[in-house]
Amino acid sequence: MSALNPALAEIVEEFSEVPEADRLELLLDYSRELPELPPHLAEHPELLEQVVECQSPLFLVVEVGADQVVRLFFSAPPEAPTTRGFASVLAAGLDGSPAEEILAVPEDMPARLGLSRALSPLRMRGMSAMLGRIKRQVTEQLAAA
Amino acid sequence: MSLPLENNPNYAQYAHPERLVSTDWLAANLGAENLVVLESNEDILLYSTGHIPGALKIDWFTELNDEVTRDYVEGAAFAELMASKGISRDSTVVIYGDKSNWWAAYALWVFTLFGHEDVRLLDGGRDKWIAEGRETSTEKPAVTAAEYPVIERDDSVIRAYLPQVLEHLGNPLIDVRSPEEYTGERTHMPNYPEEGAMRGGHIPTAASVPWGKAAAADGTFKSRADLEAIYFEEAGLKPGDDVVAYCRIGERSSHTWFVLKHLLGFESVRNYDGSWTEWGNAVGVPIVRGEANGELPAKRGARA
Repeated sequence: MSALNPALAEIVEEFSEVPEADRLELLLDYSRELPELPPHLAEHPELLEQVVECQSPLFLVVEVGADQVVRLFFSAPPEAPTTRGFASVLAAGLDGSPAEEILAVPEDMPARLGLSRALSPLRMRGMSAMLGRIKRQVTEQLAAA
Repeated sequence: MSLPLENNPNYAQYAHPERLVSTDWLAANLGAENLVVLESNEDILLYSTGHIPGALKIDWFTELNDEVTRDYVEGAAFAELMASKGISRDSTVVIYGDKSNWWAAYALWVFTLFGHEDVRLLDGGRDKWIAEGRETSTEKPAVTAAEYPVIERDDSVIRAYLPQVLEHLGNPLIDVRSPEEYTGERTHMPNYPEEGAMRGGHIPTAASVPWGKAAAADGTFKSRADLEAIYFEEAGLKPGDDVVAYCRIGERSSHTWFVLKHLLGFESVRNYDGSWTEWGNAVGVPIVRGEANGELPAKRGARA
């Protein structure tokens, strides 16, 4: 089985260490910390890809650098805190990681946050979809390089 | 004692104006004795970012749903939940939520299964309250627990199960999902997690009326005339019809149920909450793909 990269593993541990009842609060904290889009993207919304599987609008941009370091950028409105929370977890755990680490993230990573009793299955699928799109973008950009 | 009804001329056009309150009415009545305001959202974290002062959160997934029986909670659990939110049997409950009250209508429908008499929707929901620049709070309200009797759910009047929907075939059905879900079309992409249903399409003969058509741009309900144009002229319903509405898991169709039952005054409207998640996966039940409503199948599948 593939392993989580260190930053994401730390976040998963953080979630598993708080009682189930407090995990949503933790996700809310993450939603507040989602970084703003950098100017080169904020001014060009057409560069953003929408993750249509999410119940709320979420846009993401994946940039694989020449050194195969991956930058991730997300945009979601304030009225979609759950979506922002998921995006923020992925940003904190994967932004700036080497491409191979991102591709190795197990598909069931969202389930490891221990939120499945608090959030509906559709929500959890939204997060899996974000991860899936990130990996697909990384794979495509590596192939095109 | 319930609160007096809102005397709003705008609601007089609807069959049951007592089921709606405006943001003005709610703002004027906040804090009234025996009024409990509940926020029911699609986004579970939204309440914590700021809510109507004094409003409590209610969550269908963790509070109204029983994960073991895959059903709504039983009478005892509902009574306990109500008591913990300071709701007694004669409380006036006003429910509001995000996305044009989609999940608020769902909560209201579940309250109706338990026969809670005075339950109303805030017309326009959370978005309208915020758009009007009204006060919000992140303070968790203190609740004085109330007493609520154990009333068993009555599933016979406003809820339909799969066998009843099969029996209903030939009578009007409203599919409230998006056109893409109705036709069964899917965008295929690599690394794209599929929806939960095995088959895409709709129940034979169901008319497609996406739920959001009933909502105006500000999240309030459309006028009765507009609603009649949508459901009578476009979808072909006739007054007095026995109607079943469904969506994916019964939440969006609760919004349509509210419109048909309380705004247009249909006596017999049931929400099929098993919806496409059940029908699309069930063995021996027929579906139709594509844009046409489809014919009643001569052989209705093994289950019909």
